[in-house]
Amino acid sequence: MDGKRSNPAKHRVGESSAADRKTMDRRRFLAGAGLAGAAVAGAIPVRAQTLAKPDPAITEVPDWSRYLGDGVAARPYGSPSSFEKHVVRRDVEWLTASRESSVNFTPLHELDGIITPSGLCFERHHGGIAEIDPAQHRLMINGLVEKPMVFTLEDLKRFPNRMNRVYFLECAANSGMEWRGAQLNGCQYTHGMVHNVMYTGISLKSVLDQAGIRPNAKWLLVEGADSAGMTRSIPIEKALKDCMVVWGMNGEALRPEQGYPLRIVVPGWEGNMWVKWLRRIEVGDQPWQHREETSKYTDLLENGTSRRFTFVMDAKSVVTNPSPQAPLKHKGPNVMTGLAWSGRGTVTRVDVSIDGGKNWHTARLDGPVLPMSLTRFYFDIDWNGQEMLVQSRAFDSTGYVQPTKEELRKIRGVNSIYHNNGIQTWFVHKNGETENVEVS
Amino acid sequence: MSRSLKLLGLALALSLLAFPAAAQKLNLGRVALPEEIAAWDTDVRPDGLGLPPGKGSVKQGEEIFLQQCASCHGQFGEGAGRWPALAGGLNTLKADRPDKTVGSFWPYLSTVYDYIRRAMPYGNAQSLTADETYAIVAFLLNMNDIVKDDFVLSKENFGKVKMPNAAGFFDDNREVAEKAFWKKDVCMTNCKKEVKILNRARVIDVTPESKTAPKVD
Ligand code: HEC
Repeated sequence: MDGKRSNPAKHRVGESSAADRKTMDRRRFLAGAGLAGAAVAGAIPVRAQTLAKPDPAITEVPDWSRYLGDGVAARPYGSPSSFEKHVVRRDVEWLTASRESSVNFTPLHELDGIITPSGLCFERHHGGIAEIDPAQHRLMINGLVEKPMVFTLEDLKRFPNRMNRVYFLECAANSGMEWRGAQLNGCQYTHGMVHNVMYTGISLKSVLDQAGIRPNAKWLLVEGADSAGMTRSIPIEKALKDCMVVWGMNGEALRPEQGYPLRIVVPGWEGNMWVKWLRRIEVGDQPWQHREETSKYTDLLENGTSRRFTFVMDAKSVVTNPSPQAPLKHKGPNVMTGLAWSGRGTVTRVDVSIDGGKNWHTARLDGPVLPMSLTRFYFDIDWNGQEMLVQSRAFDSTGYVQPTKEELRKIRGVNSIYHNNGIQTWFVHKNGETENVEVS
Repeated sequence: MSRSLKLLGLALALSLLAFPAAAQKLNLGRVALPEEIAAWDTDVRPDGLGLPPGKGSVKQGEEIFLQQCASCHGQFGEGAGRWPALAGGLNTLKADRPDKTVGSFWPYLSTVYDYIRRAMPYGNAQSLTADETYAIVAFLLNMNDIVKDDFVLSKENFGKVKMPNAAGFFDDNREVAEKAFWKKDVCMTNCKKEVKILNRARVIDVTPESKTAPKVD
């Protein structure tokens, strides 16, 4: 699987359209829609258009070209253009009883590249956002240690070996509303409980080393300072391997809703473990079995038993454009793009289908391809207005291939809430409108 | 001082500037005091570690619950509106719509104590005493038909209570049970004969903002 990324454009054009023509029976398509008509880029030559009248956007002088704009002091902390007002986190009110224990979603269809802007990273709180004065914040290490310790933020920022790492964070309940079938129209809602951030901080190991963990240590309890007193148990091997204690995101301080002034980073593992507003780490010899690892974040199967400690996030991908909130508006060349990620390692390949999984084409990965990070893929198409059933499937460095929803349900049933990493299908109508569907 | 000794001194001074070895103590932070640890370390484990001394009866628990919890969780723990239910649902875990509550789903009683003490009542967390928490936990057990009306829960008898779904959990086995997802060969062309749309989000129509059809040029 590795190394097969070489020039996907080559087999896109050749293999797929030739195969399509040879083997596809158009009459068998939904409502007679010939998906083979949506050819991959390069197959149909693009004609540039000619205008009858000159474009006033060019021939007339707009205000912004004539008058002075705002001076430098007008926006001491910049915000996006007023024309980007629609690019916001959104929530689904009926999901939860209260906004303080709720979730909103990253607008994936409005973003590109791999980094999620800090203000658009989805939020999940269990007791609202703790607004913490960093001067009043402490990190305590206790339990099975040589010396229980307390650190201020200033102490932590004086540690040597500061690190910057890019990691995705996905809520285990991402796509959780889709277990019984297509529910929400928009990748923001179906897949938006994920974000990708560059974190600045130090290794968790370096902090633990200061207290000195005892040889019988096997688990950690990490605890937040918020009104939910969020706690999770983390196995010691993971803690020492790659977990971080961080104060920075995307070059600046953590946002309050992301745990300012301190959070723990647990690469590749479910977002609930990345405790925000981190105030205490206890070292112990067994897991604590707290509410968020028993009542929640356990996966109930059809036979009534539940998987627990399902920490790692399976490989997953989604086409973000087109998608229900980002319909196609033009025939001809279009950029199909999306995101892929795996908690087990690096995304090695992403395949895209435009006919509901009959035929697959390997997409192009662009931008940094990092372990346990969102990975951007592109698949350029030339769309002639035919219906499409768009899918993507991710491959990771352990050889895992993203399963279909049906394959998942066969093993997990429909009541596990968490860890739904099945292949998503978008139905692109002839008018470009795009809908969340499931296909056979 | 000889020249070579001076150089040695310089070398020593410079070595302080280098990064200390991995597990070296940094002289950063301070020792946590026992009172500080006691203030924050309220967590409770299944083996009882962390349980404070104290006790509370079903009767006392009912009183506190009606005052401080029932407005959201319902008088019988059935959950008011969309607030979580805390009682009922026994034997529904295999049902089409399982009802997961403290009684029907939670494997450990320690979790109930720990969670209520740290996070409830919602919006006024960490306000309950140890005895009040024992009493509420006793009442929740009673509402779930796990203990009788005259039951008194204490640190001493805590470990004797068995939760109905205690045996209902097993550790992550995805790498075995889902081994088939590590695929050697994947199909690229003509992977299926027919593709049918099985269901559509639009039919349910629960998306926050409805959309009108876009314009295509
Ligand atoms: C204002 C409403 C409200 C009040 C009052 C309240 N709770 Fe809650 N309770 C909640 C919410 C909301 C949650 C879920 C929090 C979350 O999502 O993390 C919850 C969760 C719980 C849970 C965990 C449920 C589960 O299945 O995971 C328990 C147990 C609980 N509450 C007990 C109590 C007790 C005992 C009291 C009274 C001392 C109380 N609550 C008062 C709103 C309330």
